[in-house]
Amino acid sequence: MAETQETISAEIAELRDAYAKAVADGGPRSDHPARDYRPYRSSVLRHPKRPLVTVRDPEAVELSGPVFGVTDVTDLDSDLTRQHSGEPQGERITVTGRVLDRAGRPVRGQLVEIWQANAAGRYAHQRDQHPAPLDPNFTGVGRCLTDDEGRYAFTTIKPGPYPWRNHDNAWRPAHIHFSLFGTAFTQRLITQMYFPGDPLFRYDPIMQSVTDDAARQRMVAEYVHDLSVPEWSMGYRWDIVLDGPAATWIEEGR
Amino acid sequence: MGLPTPSQTVGPFYGYALPFTGGGQIAPTGDPAAVTLHGYVLDGAGEPIPDAILEFWQAAPDGSRAGAPGSLRRDPVTGTVIGRHGLDFTGFGRVPTDADGHYALRTLPPGGAPYISVCVFARGLLHHLYTRAYLADAPGDPLLTSLEPERRATLLATPERDGVYRFDIYLQGNETNEETVFLAFA
Ligand SMILES: [Fe+2]
Repeated sequence: MAETQETISAEIAELRDAYAKAVADGGPRSDHPARDYRPYRSSVLRHPKRPLVTVRDPEAVELSGPVFGVTDVTDLDSDLTRQHSGEPQGERITVTGRVLDRAGRPVRGQLVEIWQANAAGRYAHQRDQHPAPLDPNFTGVGRCLTDDEGRYAFTTIKPGPYPWRNHDNAWRPAHIHFSLFGTAFTQRLITQMYFPGDPLFRYDPIMQSVTDDAARQRMVAEYVHDLSVPEWSMGYRWDIVLDGPAATWIEEGR
Repeated sequence: MGLPTPSQTVGPFYGYALPFTGGGQIAPTGDPAAVTLHGYVLDGAGEPIPDAILEFWQAAPDGSRAGAPGSLRRDPVTGTVIGRHGLDFTGFGRVPTDADGHYALRTLPPGGAPYISVCVFARGLLHHLYTRAYLADAPGDPLLTSLEPERRATLLATPERDGVYRFDIYLQGNETNEETVFLAFA
C-alpha cells in the first residue's frame, strides 16, 4: 500500500528542522537540495553515498563550457502558444527574468530551455497517462537565447498541478522546468520555477528538498502587475543565479 | 551579488524537450578518428536507469575549449532539429539513456587533457552530478593522482576494441559495484 501524505510530511518537517538546527549551531547553509532526500523516494537508490571529490585544478575543462547561437533556436521557440494552428487552453502568461552568475554578471547569448504540463496538468509525454486532457494546441516545450543583459522571455500557458506516485495523493505544485547554461560547464543548472502562493508547496517533497527557507523562496517567481498585458496575459518575473566557478580567461562578449 | 538558484530534479518528462537528433554525434560524420564511448547508468541496486540524461563537454582534438554553436541546429521553416552541419566541433553532446539504461556517444578524442566531462541528470536525482571519462590514463593528472586505485578505476574508460570505450556510471555503490567518483569544483 502506498505511503500516506502524513508520513511524507512528517519526514519533510523532520529534515527541515534538522537543517535549521544545524545552521543555528553554526553549520553551513546550503543552496541546493541534498541528493539523499528520503521523502522523495526515487532519490533513495539514485544518490552517491561517498562525498564528492573537489577539483581545484585551474586548467579543468569544466571551467569552460558549450556555446550556442542563432542557428540553435528559432524565433517561434520562445512562444509556446504559437506552435500549433490553434490557441491552447488556459491562462496565457509571460515569464521573463535575467540569468546571472554568482558575481552578478549577466550570462549572455546562452541557451535557456523550458518544458511544462498543459493547463490541465498533463504532459505531452507518453509516460504521462493520468486522466487529464491533452491539448492538441500545446506541446509545452520552448527555448531561447539570453540577450546582452542576460534576459530571457517566454510566452506560455500557466501549467496545472499534476498527480504523481511518490505516495498516496501526491500532487506536484504547478511548475515550469528550466534548463540553463552558464559560461562554464560547472554552472550548468536544471531546476523548476514555481508560482507564488501555491497551496501545494508544503506537501511536495521535491520542492521541500531545498531545506533552506530562503533558497526555496528563490524558486518562486514573482507576479509583476506591470508585466501583465491588458486583455492578453499575466506577467511573472523570475531571475536565476547560476552556481559554480568559471575560468577567468573567458573573454567578454563571447 | 545574488545567491544561487537551487537545483531540482530533471523529472521523468524531459524526453520531448531536451534530447535532440544527433545529440550523441559530436564527431563530424565520417571522421576516421571518431571513437565511441558507451555504457550503462546504474542505481544502488545495480539496476540500469532508463530515465537519465547525460551531457558531455570536452576539448576539441587540437585542445581548444572554445566550443562552437550548432549542436542543435534548427530548421527556421519547420522549427525541427536538423542537427550539426558536420564541420564544426561543438564539444557538446546530450544523450538520454534508452530503456536498457544504456547510452552511446560518438566523438573525437580530446586534445590536451584526455578526459570527457560528463554531467548526469536523472529522475530521482535532485542535483546533477559531474564525473569524467578518461580515454587514457594520464600520469600527473591532478585528479587521478589524488585517488586510491579502486576509486581512480571508476574514471577510466575501458577499451573494448579499436575505437570503442566502455564507461559505466554507478550513481550509488553496493557490495559488488564501486560507486563512480563524482566531482565538485572549487
Ligand atoms: Fe514536472
